Amino acid sequence: MITLPYNTSARSTHLSATRSPGRFALALLAAAVMGASAQAIAQDADQSEDPIKVGILHSLSGTMAISETVLKDTVEMLIEQQNEAGGLLGRQLEAVVVDPASNWPLFAERARELLAQEEVDVIFGNWTSVSRKAVLPVVEELNGLLFYPVQYEGEESSENVFYTGAAPNQQAIPAVEYLINEVGIERFALIGTDYVYPRTTNRILEAFLKDEYGIADEDIMVNYTPFGHSDWQNIVSELSRFGEEGKRTAVISTINGDANVPFYTELANQGIDAADIPVIAFSVGEQELTGIDTGPLVGHLAAWNYFMSVDNDDNYDFIDAWIDYTGDEEAVTNDPMEAHYIGFNMWAEAVRKAGTTDVDSVKDAIIGVTVPNLSGGYAAMMPNHHITKPVLIGEIQDNGQFDIVWQTPSTVTGDAWSDYLPGSRDLIADWRKPIECGNFNVVNGSCGGSTAVEEAEAALAE
Amino acid sequence: MRRFLSLGLLCLLLLSITVTSQAQTSSTANADAAALELLEALNVKSYSAKGDAITAILQSDDERARDWLQALLDGRLQSTDDGRIVLVLDNSGREWPVADVLTGEALGQMSRRDLDRIGINNALRNQLRSAIAVVDLYSPNIERRRHSAERLLGEVDETLAEPLSELIAGEQDSQVVRRLSQALAIYQVESGELAGVEALRGSLHPRARVALSRAVNGDDPIVADAAASALGSIEQNLKINRGLETLYFGLSLGSVLVLAAIGLAITFGVMGVINMAHGELMMLGAYTTWGMQQLLPGQPGLALILAIPAGFMVAALAGIAIERGVIQFLKGRPLETLLATFGISLILQQLVRTVISPLNRTVITPEWMSGSLVINDALSLTLNRMVVLGFALVVFAALMLIMRRTRLGLDVRAVTQNRAMARSMGIRATRVDIMTFALGSGVAGLAGVALSQLTNVGPNLGQNYIIDSFMVVVFGGVGNLWGTLVAGLSLGIINQVLEPWAGAVLAKIIVLVFIILFIQKRPRGLFPQKGRAAEG
Repeated sequence: MITLPYNTSARSTHLSATRSPGRFALALLAAAVMGASAQAIAQDADQSEDPIKVGILHSLSGTMAISETVLKDTVEMLIEQQNEAGGLLGRQLEAVVVDPASNWPLFAERARELLAQEEVDVIFGNWTSVSRKAVLPVVEELNGLLFYPVQYEGEESSENVFYTGAAPNQQAIPAVEYLINEVGIERFALIGTDYVYPRTTNRILEAFLKDEYGIADEDIMVNYTPFGHSDWQNIVSELSRFGEEGKRTAVISTINGDANVPFYTELANQGIDAADIPVIAFSVGEQELTGIDTGPLVGHLAAWNYFMSVDNDDNYDFIDAWIDYTGDEEAVTNDPMEAHYIGFNMWAEAVRKAGTTDVDSVKDAIIGVTVPNLSGGYAAMMPNHHITKPVLIGEIQDNGQFDIVWQTPSTVTGDAWSDYLPGSRDLIADWRKPIECGNFNVVNGSCGGSTAVEEAEAALAE
Repeated sequence: MRRFLSLGLLCLLLLSITVTSQAQTSSTANADAAALELLEALNVKSYSAKGDAITAILQSDDERARDWLQALLDGRLQSTDDGRIVLVLDNSGREWPVADVLTGEALGQMSRRDLDRIGINNALRNQLRSAIAVVDLYSPNIERRRHSAERLLGEVDETLAEPLSELIAGEQDSQVVRRLSQALAIYQVESGELAGVEALRGSLHPRARVALSRAVNGDDPIVADAAASALGSIEQNLKINRGLETLYFGLSLGSVLVLAAIGLAITFGVMGVINMAHGELMMLGAYTTWGMQQLLPGQPGLALILAIPAGFMVAALAGIAIERGVIQFLKGRPLETLLATFGISLILQQLVRTVISPLNRTVITPEWMSGSLVINDALSLTLNRMVVLGFALVVFAALMLIMRRTRLGLDVRAVTQNRAMARSMGIRATRVDIMTFALGSGVAGLAGVALSQLTNVGPNLGQNYIIDSFMVVVFGGVGNLWGTLVAGLSLGIINQVLEPWAGAVLAKIIVLVFIILFIQKRPRGLFPQKGRAAEG
C-alpha cells in the first residue's frame, strides 16, 4: 500500500552505524597476530568478528522519502542499540543503506544489489505495495529475508517476506465493527485515494458490511480522489449532506499522503464535528497530524496497532530513545516504526535461536518467535508470516496525539487471505512443513505456488 | 442523552433557587471534600461509569461544575500516579504544567509519564456538550446562551419542553428565541403536534428536515399532510441553496486558477515565453509565507499580510534572475526556453529540498480565516476560500489598473501588439521584458501566498498547478487578462458542477477533454488577442 504521510518531523540523521570499534579492534588484532605469525587464529577472529549485514531498502529521495526516511532512521537506531548491547551472536551489526528513490523498478535492482553484491543477511524495507511486489521475485530467487512494516491490502504471503504491518483483518475490519457495535453507525461513506490499497480495502469493507451487517446499498457511499487532491469543498459538503439523513453516519477514510491536510482543514472549516459524523482513518497517524491544527478535529478517529500515546514504559523508552536519536524534541513515533521495532527484534531473536544468520535456518526458527510489542503485549510470528497485533482505535486530541478509546481484548492474528473476497476465501498460507505454501487451497487441497514474477509484472505495468 | 439533559435541567432549576442561600452557609472544606469525591468518581476505566459520574457532578450544587465539565471535555482533567486529580494547563512537549483542580493553584511541571488523562469518547463528549448546553441556557453570557440554544436542536424531551417555553418567553435575544422555538417545534413535531409543523415551515436545519420527513410517515393524516407540504417547500429552498453553494465552490476553485494563471498570462502572453518554472515561483511565494511566520512566531495573521509584499518581491527577484540569466539568451527559441525553464523548475525544487527540507512545511491559518460564514442553516461559506476569492479579485483589478493606466502598461501593450513597431517608436523592449517578467513572476508569488492557506506548502506545490495554469491561459486566450479571469472562473465552476456526479478524477478528465475540443474549434481561446503580431 502507499501511505504518504506528508509531514514527518523526524530529521534524517546521517549516522553511520558501521563506525563501530569492532573493525578497529579487528585490524589491531589481525596486525598483532600476523606479527606473531599465527595465521590460523587470525582467520578465526576474522570469522567471528565479521559484522552481520542488515540491508535497509527505503526511499531516501522522491515522493516516498517523506515517509520512508523515518523508517531508515528507525532501523539504524535499532542496530545502534543492538550493537551497544553487544551485537548479535558476538558479532556487530552493520547497516547497508541503499536508496531506491521512490522508483518501483529500482527497488528490485537495489534489492538484487543488497542480496547479490553486499550479501546482506536480512532486509528491512519498502512502503508501497507496488514496490513490495517489484521486490518479491528478487528475494525469492536469491533467497533473502524481507521485513515489510506497513499496513497493506493482504492477498499475499511469500516464503521470504515477513509482514509486520497490519493485514485488513487487523485494522479495517475491527475498526468497522467498532463503529457499528460501539458507536451505532448505520451509514458509511468510504472515501479514498484512487489506487490499489484503498480500492482493495474498500472492496473488502463493502462486501463485509453487506454480508455481515446487511447494510443497504444506499447507505454506502464510495468516492475516490487523485493523489495530492486539494480541493475538498464539494466532497466534504456532500459528506455532510450524506450524514444529515437521520441515521448515524461515519466516514471511513483511506485517503493517503498529504491530501489529508486540506481534507481535514476543510472538515474543520465546514464544521463537521466528530460527535456528529466521525471520520475514521487508516492512513493518518501522528506524523500526518504534525502539520495540522488538531483543535477542530478532536474526536475524529484512526485505527492502528500502535499509537505514540500508548501508556507503557517500553513505549516511553522507545520514544525517549527516538527523540535522543533524532535530536528533535518534537519527534513523533508511529505505527510502521513499531512494526520495524517488532520485526527487528523478532529477527534478532530468531538468529539467536538458530545460532546463525543463515536464511533458511532463520526462516524456520522465526515461526513462533514471540517478542514484546510497544503496547504492553506480545507479538508472535505466525506460520503465514504475519504477526499477532492488538487493534487500537484512537480519537484525535488537541495536541496531535491519539487517545485510545477502544482496543481488541486480545491480539489478532494477521490473515493473509481475506475471508470476505470470493477468490481468497478458501486460501491459507502456512510455511511450516508439510504444507510450506503461501496460497494453499483448503477446498481442493492444492498449493497455488509462487506467483511473484507475474504479480511483479502486473504491478509494475500499472 | 435526554435523560442527562433533563436531570441536568432539574438540578439546575434547583440550583438557581438554592444557590444564594447555599453558597454562604456551607463550609468550603466540606464542599471541597464532596467535590473531590465527585471528581475521583470520574477516574474509572468504564465509559458508562464515567457517564454516571458526569451526571453526579451536574446534580451537585457546586458552582465549579461547568468548569470541571469543560476541562474534562478538553482533556485537561488528568490523574497522577497516586490517584490525585489535577488540571493540566498545557499538554505539549514532555513536561506539562499542572494546577490543583479545586483551587486552581499552580503545582509546577509534571512528566507526561506520570499523568493519565481521564479519557472520554465521542458518546461522552456528546453528553458533556449537552450538559454544558443546559447549564449555559441560564448563563448571563449571551454567546453561551446562543451556543447552547444551537446545541439543543433535536435534543429536547418532555422534561425540557416545559421549562423551555418559559425560557423563550423570558428571553431577550431574538437569535436565542428563534433557535429555542425551533428546538421546541422539533420536539412538538416528533410528538405529533400540528403546531410544530407550522413553526418549522421554512426552517433549513437538517434536524428540522429529519423530524418533518419522519412526521410524513406518521399516523396522523393531518399532521402528515402538513409535514409533506412543509417538507416540499424546504426541499425547494434547499435546492436553491445547494446551487448557490456549488456556485461558491466553483468561484473559489476558479479564483485559485485565476491567481495561478494570471502571472503566466502576463509572461506567456506578452513575451511569448513558456515559463515552466512558473509553478516554482508560486512555491517561492508560499515558502515566503512560511518564512514570515517563522520570523514572527505567534502572529500568523500579521505574518500573512506581510508575506504579500514579501512574496511578491521574492518571486519578482527570482523572475528577474531567471529572465536575465537564461531566458534573454533564448529569445525566439520557444522549445529551448521551455526546456531551460523546466530545468530551472527542477533546480528550484531541489534547492528547496536541500536548503529547507523535503518535507512539507506547516503554514498556520490565522484565526480570522478559519471557520465559515453562516448564511443560513443550509449554506455557509468557508472563510479561507472567501478571503482567497477576494484577494484574487483585488490582484486582478490591480493588474488591470497597471495595464490600463500606467506607462508600463502602455509599453507592455505596445510590445505585445507589435514588438518591432513598438521598438521603432522608441520603447525599450528589453526593459519592458524585464519589468513584465518581474511583474508576472511577482504575481505568481502572490498566488503562492494565497495557496499556502489552501494547500500543502512543499517542494511539489508548483508542479500541481502548472498544468492548470497553462490550461486556463490557453482557454482564455493568450495575453488577455479578461480571458484569463473568465476562463479560470468558468473552469472552476464547470469542475465543481461536474464533480458530484462524475467524481473528482473524472471531472478533471472531462474538463481537459472539453478544453482540447474547444481549442480545436477556436485555437486562440475565448478572447483572442487582436493585433498583427498575434496573427502569426
